[in-house]
Amino acid sequence: MTTYILRRLVQGVVVLLAVSMICFIIFRYLGDPVLTMAGKYATQQEIQEVRRAFGLDQPTYVQYGRFIWNALHGNFGKSYVSRVPALGLILERFPATFELACAAMLIALTLGIGLGVAVSLNPSSWPSRLIMAGSLGGISVPTFLTGVLLIMIFAVYIGILPPFGRGETVQIGFWRTGLLTADGLRHLVLPATTLAMYQLAVLLRLTRAGMREVLAEEYIKTAWAKGLPPGKVIVKHALRNVLIPVVTMAGLQFGELIAFSIVTETIFQWPGMGNLLLQSIYETDQPVIVTYIMLAAFLIITINMVVDILYAVLNPKIRYD
Amino acid sequence: MQHSAHLLDIQHLKTHFATFEGVARAVDDVSFHLDRGEVLGVVGESGCGKSVTAQSIMRLIPEPPGKIVGGHIWFDGMDLTTLDPAAMRRIRGDRIAMIFQEPMTSLNPVYTIGDQIAEMFELHRGMKRREAWQQAVAMLEKVQIPAPHKRAGEYPHQLSGGMRQRAMIAMALACDPEILIADEPTTALDVTVQAQILDLMLQLKEDFQTAVMMITHDLGVIAEVAQRVVVMYAGKVVEQAPTLALFEDPKHPYTRGLLRSIPKLGERSRQGRRHLEEIPGMVPGLLELPPGCRFEPRCSHATAVCREREPELLDLGSNRLVRCHLYGS
Repeated sequence: MTTYILRRLVQGVVVLLAVSMICFIIFRYLGDPVLTMAGKYATQQEIQEVRRAFGLDQPTYVQYGRFIWNALHGNFGKSYVSRVPALGLILERFPATFELACAAMLIALTLGIGLGVAVSLNPSSWPSRLIMAGSLGGISVPTFLTGVLLIMIFAVYIGILPPFGRGETVQIGFWRTGLLTADGLRHLVLPATTLAMYQLAVLLRLTRAGMREVLAEEYIKTAWAKGLPPGKVIVKHALRNVLIPVVTMAGLQFGELIAFSIVTETIFQWPGMGNLLLQSIYETDQPVIVTYIMLAAFLIITINMVVDILYAVLNPKIRYD
Repeated sequence: MQHSAHLLDIQHLKTHFATFEGVARAVDDVSFHLDRGEVLGVVGESGCGKSVTAQSIMRLIPEPPGKIVGGHIWFDGMDLTTLDPAAMRRIRGDRIAMIFQEPMTSLNPVYTIGDQIAEMFELHRGMKRREAWQQAVAMLEKVQIPAPHKRAGEYPHQLSGGMRQRAMIAMALACDPEILIADEPTTALDVTVQAQILDLMLQLKEDFQTAVMMITHDLGVIAEVAQRVVVMYAGKVVEQAPTLALFEDPKHPYTRGLLRSIPKLGERSRQGRRHLEEIPGMVPGLLELPPGCRFEPRCSHATAVCREREPELLDLGSNRLVRCHLYGS
């Protein structure tokens, strides 16, 4: 197990290096940040000064080497726009995105697994058919449409939920949370539902397919023959087997929820990392973009590793050595 | 009728399945009984209704598409066909237990053997986990699994096929049931392991005083363990007899065919090597049963009456029953 984790760690570092190299090269040739910072009407001399001040006159490999060296020290450079450390800028926005992703994951997991089990038990009933048709919608309707529709229904027509922003928040140490106030929670409902919709549909369909397969297994017949009540047969004997692929999927999706909540955050003006990224792309704020991508890669690698370890816990047939 | 003298008394059981093409009468008017401490063999080809009969007793018929549409199954003054689900759950596993054919897939892959056996004690005896676990280890010892303490903590995939079937037997006998239904318990095992498992079952049957209903298509298994045999064909009982009598003097043409299709060591005809005989034709589909006797299309003794009228189950005396016009008046 230890060797396995070590090997995964080394792999993770290699992946991070590759990611850093790719984004560094891409952004080196994507617009000139100097023009952004110096302004449209800067003289040639001013431009040269800015270029020198940010070390952009050095050869590419020197810039990259310095970038890696600094990154190892937690220094991802300063934002060209707001002139503060990029990492700090992103981490400040992290709690908002993390809370949004967690809420979305919670919705997707509970409803996805719950409905998936319910549908698998009565596959031909009308509610089941309706749910399955709806899940197809959840997979195929794009996030921006879901978000806009939800805003239209719940914020405009019915008017019970706020359409944008994070509402009232409370600062606890470095963490600014919206979970502790009623207003914050009300603001969370629509964006979390929007973000959850796709994952919910995927988990629902995965759970249903898994349950239908497992319920036909011999060991479920054994469980009934033991005299177990339906709840135990379904949850303890069937669902536990279905959870193996479901948890894997959910874990992998969680990383993506955090990293790619950009669309949802934009629709709901959610002050998270995704919103910041989009803004930074408009402004060619290279350090922020690179830091964001590095952080996203780091999160996904970490979560994948946790999922793999969790997989071994759930499935006794898997032993890493 | 409420109080049958038998431990288990199946009367005119009918279990049907609804399919797209029509109703499949998988078990059609089946009657037989099981007495305390005896081993009853139920034999027949695949699809003859023997497993469906067993699952009807346990009320494990998936519904829909299946349904018990008629008859009674008397057990201890109760009719299992109409018992409410909660009462049925108290009987399942505790008083009537079942072993299935595939030891590879009959155990849940994500729980240890010990957990799965202990669950029986927790469920039916209300034991706490620790005590139930100790009982589970004791059961593993009874089914002669070496190093039961260690094995109890292992998962099904870590055990061999024979080992798993022993674990299944331990699980089935955990609550000391009055009836053990074994549905092809040795079919999926190697021949050497088969014999071991059969010996074990016979020995445990003595120790636990359990009545065993042994379902199999293997007449060799029947000869070895059963005192009485029920032969089924296409959803019907066609013959019922004490084992020895059945092997010495089979009455129904189908039973005779079955017995002739077994290879015998050292038996050669005067012409030299004898070909194994087979019963011509195939088991009729349950949706296109012949109007008369169900065996008529494959029977060499068939007459006009066989095609027209279904024979009744005739009592030939000395515990023998046969469903064939050959023995009618």
